Amino acid sequence: MSSEDEGTRLTRLLRSMLLIRRFEEKAAEMYSAMKIRGFLHLYIGEEAVAVGVMEALTPEDAVVATYREHGQALARGMSTQAIMAEMYGKLEGCCRGRGGSMHLFNVATRFYGGNAIVGGGMPLAVGLALADKMRGQARVTCCFFGDGAVAEGAFHESMNLASLWKLPVLFICENNLYAMGTALRYTQAVRDLAAKGASYGVAAAAVDGMDVLAVEQAAKTAADHVRRGNGPYFLECRTYRFRPHSMFDTELYRTKDEVETWKPRDPIILLTRHMEDRGLLDEPTLAKLEREVAAEIEAAVAFAEAGTWEAVEDLTRFVHSEKGAS
Amino acid sequence: MSEPEAMKKTTYREAVREALRDALLRDERVFLMGEDVGHYGGCYAVSKGLLEEFGPERIRDTPLSELGFVGAGIGSALGGMRPIVEIMTVNFSLLALDQILNNAATLLHMSGGQFNVPLVIRMATGAGKQLAAQHAHSLEGWLAHIPGLRVLTPATLEDARGMLWTALEDPDPVLIFENNTLYNMEGTLPENAGPVDIATARVRRPGRDLTIITYGASLFKALEAAETLAREGIEAEVIDLRSLRPLDDATYLSSIAKTHRALIVDEDWRSGSLAAEISARIMEQAFYELDLPVARLCSAEVPIPYARHMEEAALPQAEKIVAIAKGMMSHG
Repeated sequence: MSSEDEGTRLTRLLRSMLLIRRFEEKAAEMYSAMKIRGFLHLYIGEEAVAVGVMEALTPEDAVVATYREHGQALARGMSTQAIMAEMYGKLEGCCRGRGGSMHLFNVATRFYGGNAIVGGGMPLAVGLALADKMRGQARVTCCFFGDGAVAEGAFHESMNLASLWKLPVLFICENNLYAMGTALRYTQAVRDLAAKGASYGVAAAAVDGMDVLAVEQAAKTAADHVRRGNGPYFLECRTYRFRPHSMFDTELYRTKDEVETWKPRDPIILLTRHMEDRGLLDEPTLAKLEREVAAEIEAAVAFAEAGTWEAVEDLTRFVHSEKGAS
Repeated sequence: MSEPEAMKKTTYREAVREALRDALLRDERVFLMGEDVGHYGGCYAVSKGLLEEFGPERIRDTPLSELGFVGAGIGSALGGMRPIVEIMTVNFSLLALDQILNNAATLLHMSGGQFNVPLVIRMATGAGKQLAAQHAHSLEGWLAHIPGLRVLTPATLEDARGMLWTALEDPDPVLIFENNTLYNMEGTLPENAGPVDIATARVRRPGRDLTIITYGASLFKALEAAETLAREGIEAEVIDLRSLRPLDDATYLSSIAKTHRALIVDEDWRSGSLAAEISARIMEQAFYELDLPVARLCSAEVPIPYARHMEEAALPQAEKIVAIAKGMMSHG
């Protein structure tokens, strides 16, 4: 495997989480400045899930994500500039400004959205994996979804299909305890989500989603299982969203105290402490990381600001393909 | 003179099956997926024998999970396959409507042109077999409402045989509606029958006095009515739309420019229907060609009932077409 030493590796993970954190803080700022509109669902607090899981994937694998997917897109290596420009609605955005925050797509990194129908990406992931299996390609399709999706029929149908056909799908359930603003205990008779995966004969496990190293380890075990042709795997990552569901959420459903009790479990704090305890991170290095990340985000904002608006004459493009079939 | 083409007797069911076989033989990326398509042989026996010929990977039985397997069809299309997804009837497609609208029809646009979905979905539609309300509706007009989809309605043996391959060559999702009363229809096809265009309407019977615009199984009611009308000296031109989205406006507008009278026959309900859309297009584009208002004959606005006489009363019938056409000829 990689010759990357432990310090370099952990620094990379930390940088990836910091990039997501600072990118989203900037996105919230730009939302308040009315540069970004529509829905904006921040991932702050949940960074360890995307960053840890991506460590288990190869560039050939596919990713299907939800409407809270800035973290996945960034961790997958999509351009900060193209994502910021997309949120600005600019032509230079990854989807020409047609998708926005909830619909980030990218061919180069096999990033299949950005799906804003809860559970809507799950059958898609099953199909991508079916295509790989039928074509004899040893790739994994990684499908992110939240605890809310577990209530959808799409979840149950997808679990059954993936298990029945032994498809290479890595199901990553990001359980942040709330389906929008309603706690799991008000909506789910059985709250052991991994058990639901297991009930379809899918290998399943749960992991502390605030600990990026635990997520990474669990995701590697899971991806390895899938890659070996053993069929799908369901990994529940227990995490917490520090920010409101979206910019419109007044958070009537949880107390500030509850949010505060989770703050010490901030995945960035946890990893920073882990590294400091082992002498793998010092103050100057952290400051340098922050500067690098800030510069990358400033460049993304500048790129988005300088971006152009797609010509209105192009409105009806991409309803049908402009290329022939292949 | 070239040799006359060798003809063979066939049925609509066999024509669809031949189209499936042909597609499966031509392109290894093609596979058929749906409820009861394999071991049962298809609920209308369309895919009978294909499991034995092509195996369970390519003739893939699915659980009763319309949302799941339609979505899996979309995903596999994104992943490089050319799936043909069969939904038993349009009534059940409602369970998959989220995937059809929010993914199949939308991904290309939402991704700024990056991800197209080369998927074909086939489904049975229509009433006429006393199957009652949950198995008898004609909802293709609803689906034809959606930008990003093509919606086809093969009525003839030639189209049942020929539309599928052309649809599979399309880079974007295509829905094919097979009216359930047509599967037993008998006729002949050339031995070498093959792909047909999926973009144009066809004049199925020329006439000078009146234009009847229809599609699917109603085509044959319109043709029967036209025969009756001809015996009374009224020559109806019958147009088979073939594609409900996009609509081939030019074919019916040029007919109306000749006949100056238009009757739309549609097995779907009238309100907010495809018949309403076509009527509006005629008004927008050929208002001054009309001698009298556009007429519509659609299904009664009731859930399709079980009892035979009530079901028949609910649907467009040849006698009603004749009566409306005669009424139209006595004016203007």
